[in-house]
Amino acid sequence: MTWWQFWTESIGQAFSLLITFDTYVWSTIGVSLKVSGLALIFSILIAFPFAALLAYKKFPGREFLRLMVYTGMGFPSVIVGLIVLLLLTQRGPFGEFQLLFTQEAMILAQSILILPLLTGVAMSAMEAVDPLIGEAASSLGAKPLRQVWVMTELAKRGLITATLSGFGRAISEVGAVMIVGGNIVLSQDISLTRTLTTAIIVETRQGKFETALALGLILFLLVLIVNLVVLRLGRMPSSA
Amino acid sequence: MRKTMLPVFTVIFFALGWALFSLSNTTVSQIQPRTLTLATTTSTVDSGLLDRLNPVFEEKFNAQVHMLSLGTGAALRTAENGDADVVLVHARSAEDAFIEAGFGINRRDVMFNDFIVVGPSNDPANIHNLESASEAFTRIAQTQSLFVSRGDQSGTHQKEQVVWATANINPQGNWHLSVGQGMGNTLLQSSELGAYTISDRGTWLALKDRLNLEVLIEGPVKGGDLILLNPYGVIAVNPAHHSDRDYELAMAYIGFLTSIEAQQMIDDFRIDDEPLFFADALNEQPNFEQYVPQSR
Repeated sequence: MTWWQFWTESIGQAFSLLITFDTYVWSTIGVSLKVSGLALIFSILIAFPFAALLAYKKFPGREFLRLMVYTGMGFPSVIVGLIVLLLLTQRGPFGEFQLLFTQEAMILAQSILILPLLTGVAMSAMEAVDPLIGEAASSLGAKPLRQVWVMTELAKRGLITATLSGFGRAISEVGAVMIVGGNIVLSQDISLTRTLTTAIIVETRQGKFETALALGLILFLLVLIVNLVVLRLGRMPSSA
Repeated sequence: MRKTMLPVFTVIFFALGWALFSLSNTTVSQIQPRTLTLATTTSTVDSGLLDRLNPVFEEKFNAQVHMLSLGTGAALRTAENGDADVVLVHARSAEDAFIEAGFGINRRDVMFNDFIVVGPSNDPANIHNLESASEAFTRIAQTQSLFVSRGDQSGTHQKEQVVWATANINPQGNWHLSVGQGMGNTLLQSSELGAYTISDRGTWLALKDRLNLEVLIEGPVKGGDLILLNPYGVIAVNPAHHSDRDYELAMAYIGFLTSIEAQQMIDDFRIDDEPLFFADALNEQPNFEQYVPQSR
């Protein structure tokens, strides 16, 4: 097998895995999407208000919090996985909930992992909006919350960038989901906690490089589709 | 139409992921089986043996096996923390320590296979004519030939350490590379580097076509050095330590693995027509050493 046959075989395999509706591959895609999607939503719900607070409001400790946010953006995913493991193990503080090696644990770990990234990028985007606009809105009679909303609208593009990079980091991450998810596949060949990235590790470990690369192509396609959809939606006419 | 589309696409996204997942998951959630979390090693999972055995157990006991494929050290630690119900591992001294510490009970022998020493065909340390693994290790150290070590406290790594100890060598120097990877990756790495390594036979058989390596020291399955024997044991997590674990189901699993049916399935298991595991749970004259730590 020459080197280019390897690549063509992988591409062919990626499409045949998708077209034949292989339950293993599709359930793995489903777990990846569900875990990273929910982690993204939970993270946005916390990160965007927090970013607004850091961007618009002056309070003691703000500089420290900003430093922590930027530092957290470089946090390795295995460490996040390890910390969540220590929290959720039966011997840990939340052991009684029996959450280790479940999808919930994976969602928690990925939420924590992408929280600083979402906050940091959103914060920069919000700061780039001219504060005079907020003051203008205020002088026109807008209440403070309404004022924040007006400024958030103007930061929309930056918030979309935050969302996409957060999703990208979550779905491509392998260290945390491997540790807290346990990489479990049920014997009906249905993924319980295996994601595309951990599946790639398993295939590589077994020397099945073609399948591993095929799964990598599927992951690439998935992220591509999500980005296309999000960017298209973000570019829609802003008012009727 | 409102301006910000963020809520819209997050909802679409959420729905898509959920739909895909529930689509694939409906068949599972309808049955409501009991869950057995099995912490085991990459060699049993990657060979495909447990994919053969577990469905039979699941059918019999209306159970669902959640398999964690870790190294032996990590599997025992996971069980010690109470995050698994039962372990299937292969490092007798680590198993004994686990039992002596009170975390595991009711150990049974399940099966064995063996380790082999593999290396590049030009064999720079000239070990291929040797019978003894420890003598081979001595020559590798003397010639400072590259040796790739798992370095992850797995059963294979612990066996490697036993062989070094038998040879009275403390492997140090830039010829002994500790890679901290699973067996598959370690073999692939050895092949790329032209290095020696120690492997379980199962992973070797599954991967050998992709490797530029040869078997240089045989294990006891092929009449080689007895030190390379690789016995697997199954141990239940002690419910006195972890009352939340499903001890009953763990014992059912031990009962199943050591039953005539499962033992036969283990013996019948083949990769490329080669037997991989040799069942040894059942014997008319049982081996009492399987029940107690060997130090006693």
